[in-house]
Amino acid sequence: MRSFFSKNGTLISSYFIIAIVFWLIFLIIIPQLYMLDLSFRPNLPPLLRGGPDDVHTLVHYKHFIFGSESSEDPYNYVDIGVFFNTILTAIFVTIINLSFCYPIAFYMAKVANPNSARLLIVSLIIPFWINELLRSFALRILFAGEGVINNVLISLGFIDTSINFIAMDIALYTGLTYAYILLMIFPLYNAIESLDTNQLEAAKDLGSSTIRTHWRIVIPHAKAGIASGCTMVFMLTAGALATPVVLSSPNTYWFTQLIYQWFNMNDNWSRGSAYSILLLTVSVVFVLLMMRLFKVKIGEIIR
Amino acid sequence: MSADVELQNISVTFGSFYAAKNVSVKINEGEFFSFLGPSGCGKTTLLRTISGFLDPSEGKVLIGGNNMGGISPNKRPTSLIFQNLALFPLMSVAENIVFSLEVRGVNKNVRKKRAEELLELIALSGQGDKKVHELSGGQRQRVAIARALAIEPKVLLLDEPLSALDLKLRQKMRTELRAIQKRVGITFIYITHDQGEALTMSDRVAVMNEGELEQVGLCDDVYDYPHTPFVATFVGENNAFYGRVVSSENELVTIESQGNTFVAKAGKVDENKNHTFSNGDEIIMFIRPESIFIKNENNNLDNIFSAQVNTIEFEGNLKNIYLKMDSDMNVRFSVPNAVDTSELSAGKNIQLTFSSQKAIILPKGALAVD
Repeated sequence: MRSFFSKNGTLISSYFIIAIVFWLIFLIIIPQLYMLDLSFRPNLPPLLRGGPDDVHTLVHYKHFIFGSESSEDPYNYVDIGVFFNTILTAIFVTIINLSFCYPIAFYMAKVANPNSARLLIVSLIIPFWINELLRSFALRILFAGEGVINNVLISLGFIDTSINFIAMDIALYTGLTYAYILLMIFPLYNAIESLDTNQLEAAKDLGSSTIRTHWRIVIPHAKAGIASGCTMVFMLTAGALATPVVLSSPNTYWFTQLIYQWFNMNDNWSRGSAYSILLLTVSVVFVLLMMRLFKVKIGEIIR
Repeated sequence: MSADVELQNISVTFGSFYAAKNVSVKINEGEFFSFLGPSGCGKTTLLRTISGFLDPSEGKVLIGGNNMGGISPNKRPTSLIFQNLALFPLMSVAENIVFSLEVRGVNKNVRKKRAEELLELIALSGQGDKKVHELSGGQRQRVAIARALAIEPKVLLLDEPLSALDLKLRQKMRTELRAIQKRVGITFIYITHDQGEALTMSDRVAVMNEGELEQVGLCDDVYDYPHTPFVATFVGENNAFYGRVVSSENELVTIESQGNTFVAKAGKVDENKNHTFSNGDEIIMFIRPESIFIKNENNNLDNIFSAQVNTIEFEGNLKNIYLKMDSDMNVRFSVPNAVDTSELSAGKNIQLTFSSQKAIILPKGALAVD
């Protein structure tokens, strides 16, 4: 601590410590702890809060599993269904995203000359100057029944009647995949870029096919970058709101939409908190499990 | 098991720049052949052309008589050892060594056996489970060689693999490389800018400059009979006396340089032919520092000149003595450490002598140091 101060000077050291402590405590820990506490409390009108009825309860978590007491189903099939659908789709989107971004990242890092790599990076970044909601609506225009893609396909004579991309959730998957593409490409690019190009040539010279070189040399080297990209994309996809609201079919619900409803439309902050905590916990556990499975350490991801 | 490599009129261009220009050379089966040249002379370009990472703009590479055009590096009977070795850091030493067998789907037990054989060849038995970073520089070097030898290539290509080692280890590895080459008996093509490396290990060397071959020949021929001023000054040390031809008779040429008259041998155009000179031609006479002696009763050769001692440089086994002639030209000669040089104080005028048989006359041209 003393060496930290003597190294950076009093002013800068104090700024670092105050900024980081403020960020951690006031913007992350306190709100989350408050949410955690709220999730274990009944939903009471303001006047009754702090009164004798305001006790810790599992009622909201029970609601997620068993549904409302008036329901006849033994379990809350709707919410559980939405929950697992969200997690599974997020996994699926992450895999699509990875398989889509890996070749691009590899191309930028090892194949393209520096100028065209820069051009590629810029052309990947610029679309993200447009806000997420607008991008989602733009995709909706593309995929709509009378949208650009259908019109083109019909006028070219490939199809007779328009395809309902929205109902098939193709628009949703496309939108979610596209939304976080940069968060996948950049960790991958950084990881692959640090690989010594001679290793690729050595592998080739020793008779390795392209696929095997990727499998044995590039992917093991880029493992931390892959884990980092996948974690971010998975977390953000599972927690996305704007894209599912705009692009999902009327029958598809994203778990965040449920959370949003409890908070805003039903004015039940306690239940909303409980649902958020559930999503957060399961996502974190899933990510940790995957990291364990692929033998990646947290430290490597941050690197 | 081994094969000859023939380069036919190879040119490699990058835009308008010629990295290699019309290079033709035949490297014999089982030979240790070195390309020697300063950095940027195109020797790495040639090596990459042979290994298949680079397509020549013109010309052909033949290995064992087969045209390698359109054959990718993983299909050629060559193995390349990279300057930084490019060992795979995430694999064990044994996995590194038999990687080429793994990618060919060779069964695990066979691979294990082969790894053990090769570890023995490079004197690293029992160290196959180590990670690459646990080895020393010299050991890594040997692992890289074993890895390249695992598929029994016909030709091994080496891109300055010793340049990162310190002097002692480098000298040891030279001997070791040569011994491994003798043992496996395959063609080695070696790239280096270090003439000591090239001369100690190779059967033949090719000296390159600016993408072109200056001279190909046996090590001592290249040293004793340089064909161009570049080779004369790049391989070993040389004194260059600029001058004009006075007369010539057979292979002996009389010249005038720095106010002196010298007699020297005409240099060679190629292995069979000498340069011919007419009176008044502008030439350079090359005489190596170790061929110049202080004139006394024992040393009185057919060329004599005088100069002033400037400085004496101690190099361990040798002493280099720098002289200045009346014409302001600097001359350098060297004597073994054992020779007493206490009388050679700075500013002293001394008489020097050298044999016409050791001096070579070449037409004026660019030197390596220019």
